[in-house]
Amino acid sequence: MALNTGAKDTGAKDTGAKAMLDRYYPSSLDSVDLAEGEILQAAERAGFDEDERHRIGMAVRECMVNAVVHGNRYNRNKQVHVNVSVDSSSPPCPRFFIRITDQGEGFEPDTVPDPLHDTNLLRHSGRGLFLMGAFTDAMTVRKVAPAGTEVTLVKNIEPQK
Amino acid sequence: MSVKLNTRQVGDVTVIDVSGRITLGEGSSVLRDALRELTAKGNKKILLNLGEVSYIDSSGIGELVSGFTTVSNQGGTLKLLSLTKRVKDLLQITKLYTVFDVHEDEAHAVRSFQ
Repeated sequence: MALNTGAKDTGAKDTGAKAMLDRYYPSSLDSVDLAEGEILQAAERAGFDEDERHRIGMAVRECMVNAVVHGNRYNRNKQVHVNVSVDSSSPPCPRFFIRITDQGEGFEPDTVPDPLHDTNLLRHSGRGLFLMGAFTDAMTVRKVAPAGTEVTLVKNIEPQK
Repeated sequence: MSVKLNTRQVGDVTVIDVSGRITLGEGSSVLRDALRELTAKGNKKILLNLGEVSYIDSSGIGELVSGFTTVSNQGGTLKLLSLTKRVKDLLQITKLYTVFDVHEDEAHAVRSFQ
């Protein structure tokens, strides 16, 4: 797992990636369920087994909740953009990219307290970003213009054992 | 499926059988309300049976932690029973597995409160 929360590129840029989903969702909790379901359908088409789909679902759910609740703050005039693609040209194996972008004010990932630190273990919240990284192979977070945060989650598509 | 709770009494231990998904929204608020109600009534020994919980997100984890601290602050004890592999993995990843007293057998868990 690589937990990159800065602006480092995950390598998803136009290298022959095949689009699997591209959609805008309203800023509501219903969108969290809807996006999770549609992304998991794409993950199944990409060949992920049930355990991996569960992990993808966990990461996607946390990311969508962040986008709707903390990013767009349920604002009906703002949307969450979801783009899913598979890049088969990325060595050493094809990779599944999930890019989720809100229209919020953005945040600094480095300022989020470490949820594994002893003093933070009993905090009620603050685990979402950590779980997104824990359940994917790579993650980047970056601010986008004119306003918003783009999170890219990457899962390697390993050959089935 | 959203979360469902069934509360029963085993001696002086209150067992809450939880099923479904503990996620942001109704799932986590139902659990929060139940634990607050029980502690307000003076129940100090609470066993949360998560054997039928299929999914917990970070909000659900937050409610488990809040429940733990709420009960502890009232002088009580909250323990967990029958974690599925996925829930157990989640608590281990978040380093909470060692915070909670986790049991696999209900009778053993009930006795552990004595």
